[in-house]
Amino acid sequence: MRSLIRLQLRLAVGVCLVFALLLGGLPLLLTVQPQLAGVEALGLPLPWLLLGVLIYPVLLAAAWFYVRQAERNEGDFADLLR
Amino acid sequence: MAGLVSSTAYGVLALGLVIAATLLIGTFALPLSRTTSDFYVASRSVSPAWNASAIGGEYLSAASFLGVAGLILAFGADMLWFPVGYTAGYLVLLVLVAAPLRRSATYTLPDFAELRTESRTVRVVAGALVVTIGWLYLLPQLVGAGLTVALTTGAPRWVGGVLVALVVVVSVATGGMRSITFVQAFQYWLKLTALAVPVLFLVLAWQADGGPTPGAGPPTFRERTSVELTQATTFVVRAPVAMRVTGALRRASRTTSTPYAGEVVDLAVGRWRADAGTRLTFQAGAVVPHAQRLQPTDGEDWVQPLSGAGGRDHPLYATYSLILALFFGTMGLPHVLVRFYTNPDGRTARRTTLVVLGLLGLFYLLPTVYGALARIYTPDLLLTGRTDTAVLLLPERLVGGTGGQLLTALVTAGAFAAFLSTSSGLTVSVAGVLSQDVLRGSVRDFRLAVALAVGVPFLLSLLATSLPVADVVGLAFAVAASSFCPLLVLGIWWRGLTDVGAVAGLLTGGGLATLAVSATLAGVDRDGWSGALLAQPAAWTVPVAFAVMVVVSLRTPSRVPASVGQVMVRLHAPESALVQR
Repeated sequence: MRSLIRLQLRLAVGVCLVFALLLGGLPLLLTVQPQLAGVEALGLPLPWLLLGVLIYPVLLAAAWFYVRQAERNEGDFADLLR
Repeated sequence: MAGLVSSTAYGVLALGLVIAATLLIGTFALPLSRTTSDFYVASRSVSPAWNASAIGGEYLSAASFLGVAGLILAFGADMLWFPVGYTAGYLVLLVLVAAPLRRSATYTLPDFAELRTESRTVRVVAGALVVTIGWLYLLPQLVGAGLTVALTTGAPRWVGGVLVALVVVVSVATGGMRSITFVQAFQYWLKLTALAVPVLFLVLAWQADGGPTPGAGPPTFRERTSVELTQATTFVVRAPVAMRVTGALRRASRTTSTPYAGEVVDLAVGRWRADAGTRLTFQAGAVVPHAQRLQPTDGEDWVQPLSGAGGRDHPLYATYSLILALFFGTMGLPHVLVRFYTNPDGRTARRTTLVVLGLLGLFYLLPTVYGALARIYTPDLLLTGRTDTAVLLLPERLVGGTGGQLLTALVTAGAFAAFLSTSSGLTVSVAGVLSQDVLRGSVRDFRLAVALAVGVPFLLSLLATSLPVADVVGLAFAVAASSFCPLLVLGIWWRGLTDVGAVAGLLTGGGLATLAVSATLAGVDRDGWSGALLAQPAAWTVPVAFAVMVVVSLRTPSRVPASVGQVMVRLHAPESALVQR
């Protein structure tokens, strides 16, 4: 049981950290490299495209990955008990 | 304003339809609610698709529907963090608490607190925090409702709040959670439609207009614009501007106003005050003066993030603090958590959250478009200070005619659905605490508690009519992130949490955040570091709350509950493993 909890915690913290680095890095990157904010892509300034549109599919993908891994961990645990 | 009067009929019709649908769906589910368990959590038998729509419906509040677009209109790119944070909060909730919370099989946050720490004291403190956060969050919903109803029907500001309060009391007190589930699932799809359909017409109209972009300088009027100030307004002129004035006007530093009857007046740079009922008419290209409490960003800064929007001195700190509050606050919102108890098991709780993330992502693409279009077409809202009404005004401005009126009715319906659904969810949670911990927990007590839960914030909303809704909601997130987030995360993942540690952490984190929030709402000045720290407290109150909870727990190891091993199994063991034993 303790090993399952540790495994699930590691997964949760991992997903949070990767996401925090991605998202939390953005304001920092824009502070260090302010000219990036002026770049345009698909007719939108880069920050608007990233924060207004592209972030949402990324969030969904991260959630999907987590659900799959968490269910796999639990499946392995159930098999172990069988 | 003349156009608004003729669309009143459509607006009233839209409000009537939303209220009728809400009550009908609630009544339809009524025969099913028999036991107290039905009342609180729909006997935990709602399918993921229904539940995800209901969570989306409940979560998308006045702040999402009206507030985000208003903030983007005034402050631009920095405000994109609001919808991102509202959505990402669900990712954090999914990975850290969704499944274990469902498996805890408890009704409410105080129930969970008591299960984990075996302490009545922790339960009482958690209950008090649920009521605090609930009321803080209900307040802007009722203010937003007043604003919307006043704008569409011309009724006094308190009417909207009364309408929401009455519908919520009737639907919650008679149907409880099951009827709420269906009502809110319906309201998610209504809200999505109410923003998505008009946006198509708006974008087409914008393209037909030549696809203008917000200019590089300060916001200007695109065409000759007449603005009627319904209440006395102090505004700031940033570049000398000529306007035709009907009414009375003075420099803010003087005491007597000069009356005008349609003369052209040149205003110098500075602060000016217009009496209620004054009409100002600007030529195309004039720089928009702005209401004193708003400091909108200029062109370049509006497009770029970290521009010190809203006169903040430390934009990088404010941005990080906001991100932290929204990410970790979502899991601590009482009305969000109560929905997880209605999933059949831990696995479906996770899958429901996944669907919720999809639904929210879809919805939050839209307010940004409204905010950007509002910057071009409704800059006069910067002068009146009513930026929260941008979403409601755009269809009339850009599309016009009967089509515009119908689209206005649709967004009005969506906005009202937003107030109703979030308010019902919050009311159920606050009433749950009041009826179980203050009263005796019977169905009759629950009905009394419902009236109390929505009555108090309604009275407060009469006093505070000019609160920007998204700001106040942000503060509720900060309090939640500084109190329930540490309790849930440590309670679920760390065996060492004790009752003393939990109480100390809840009181320190929740208390500090509440104090900072109160200071900000009371209008303590926002200059320098102290202002930044008070206006966005999460970046320091969340770590402090975690630290206090951990350190105090470590100092009181003898108070780790004996049941902690059992509880951990209950929280984390997959249902499939339990069935097989």
